[in-house]
Amino acid sequence: MTVTQPQFRAAIFDPAEPVPASLLDGLGQPAGRRFNVYRNNVAVSLTEAMHTAFPIITKLLGPANMGGLAGLFLRAHPPASPLMMHYGEEFPAYLADLPQLAHLGYLPDIARLELAMRRAYHAADATPIDADALAAIPPEDLGDTRFMLAPAVQILRSDWPIHDIWQFNTVSDAPKPRAIAQDVLITRPEFDPVPAPLPPGGAACLLALQGGQRLHAALERAQPEADAFDFGPVLGLLLQGGAITQLTVKD
Amino acid sequence: MPDASHSFDHLPQGVGVGYKPQHFQALCDDPGPVTWLEIHAENYMGDGGRPLAQLRHLSARFPVSVHGVGLSIGGEGPLDPEHLSRLKRLVDWLNPASFSEHLAWSTHDGAFLNDLLPLPYTADKRDQVAAHIDQVQQTLGRQMLLENPSSYFAFAESTVSEPDFLHQIVQKTGCGLLLDVNNVFVSATNLGFSPQDYIDAFPLDHVGEIHLGGHDDDTDDHGAPLLIDSHGREVADPVWALLDYVLARTGSRPVLVEWDTDVPDWPVLAAEAARADTALGVQVG
Repeated sequence: MTVTQPQFRAAIFDPAEPVPASLLDGLGQPAGRRFNVYRNNVAVSLTEAMHTAFPIITKLLGPANMGGLAGLFLRAHPPASPLMMHYGEEFPAYLADLPQLAHLGYLPDIARLELAMRRAYHAADATPIDADALAAIPPEDLGDTRFMLAPAVQILRSDWPIHDIWQFNTVSDAPKPRAIAQDVLITRPEFDPVPAPLPPGGAACLLALQGGQRLHAALERAQPEADAFDFGPVLGLLLQGGAITQLTVKD
Repeated sequence: MPDASHSFDHLPQGVGVGYKPQHFQALCDDPGPVTWLEIHAENYMGDGGRPLAQLRHLSARFPVSVHGVGLSIGGEGPLDPEHLSRLKRLVDWLNPASFSEHLAWSTHDGAFLNDLLPLPYTADKRDQVAAHIDQVQQTLGRQMLLENPSSYFAFAESTVSEPDFLHQIVQKTGCGLLLDVNNVFVSATNLGFSPQDYIDAFPLDHVGEIHLGGHDDDTDDHGAPLLIDSHGREVADPVWALLDYVLARTGSRPVLVEWDTDVPDWPVLAAEAARADTALGVQVG
């Protein structure tokens, strides 16, 4: 009698599956609950990975509810790679499909924000330009300039106050979240990602810049969302976050 | 990624610890008896940021051992080519003093189970594991060390003992071995054999590194002791005694203290490292 790895795997994920019969203790008796060591290791380690990846969702739902959810999630979406830093990518969509959490409509976007923070943390390093490089561009050329953004830069759009919720759950004395839609820019000045709320039009503009468009085209993208879009504050966030790695006027 | 500025071509015959980011400053300030570090390969496969910056810094000062936990060398299917190339990228960049992996599987059919799962010791499995090790050693262009697992049960289909199985793999592939003394003690207790007999049967000439770690106590359905390899506490006294038994036969070797869950403050881990250093010192003296 032999046990195959698919049988072993099935028995790990489903505690109702019998323990494979060819597994024995030192006296030749059936392994019984000895097999549960692996069931526990897999469930506990993947549940911990979810707590680590989604600290705000864990706080919002409570650790016990999050643990239960992680147990269901790991069976629906076992990790596709040995890199735990990527585990949970399907969690926002999984949350969005759960009818029992439908009344917490902002949860999927908070999960997306937490994934984006983690991506920013592990993103490739890049050397930012200094403010002088920007000042050196003649004003008449600015509209034709392309902004290369650092790999750590993440831009999220949301119908929910995701930055307020993030702040309320991570910063003491933060104000209660307002009932507004918030787009978020994440930069990584050194090693720790920093999220900042974007003004209306900011996300559209930055997504266009990130996609390689020139500034004048990116500003046009912002117009439908903000009558008098001001690039200044958004540029300030980029410079503060060390998020611009190259400026190209002619190419 | 730029090449790490400095590299060491072998692990020293001294004490290392499993590196945890919360110990970065303490290690930079005063590593005490610690002369080398081990990292889990998969935690350093991101593109940049703090993990790689810390590793770049530490690798200029300490020889580093890269210890894989996700290659699934004992898997029934082929090795994941994407994961193998990620590993090659890390090893090429870091040029570590050593690379090791486990006699275990963790991935099947594209799903990674995040644990080190056991396999039976048969001729088929031996050939499968050996082929995977050949592929790893060819890809990385270096010898690897293979670690003995913790066992909670045995497979009815096994035809050879674990030391013999490992010895056959060494002979087929030219790999070295990583002897985890805690795993030996855990398996011996769980399966009712003598840990000293296991060591006597082990191909000690091929041991390039020794692991120590803490285990938890449980019992099975019949009330028999069931030790669990948890790496979440101090190394148990009988495991220290078994380390002495091993070192008396091998002489000095690189010895690592692993502490992966409920990671303590630095002084607690440093005290464990000091105890291992004393055990090694007895060999020298």
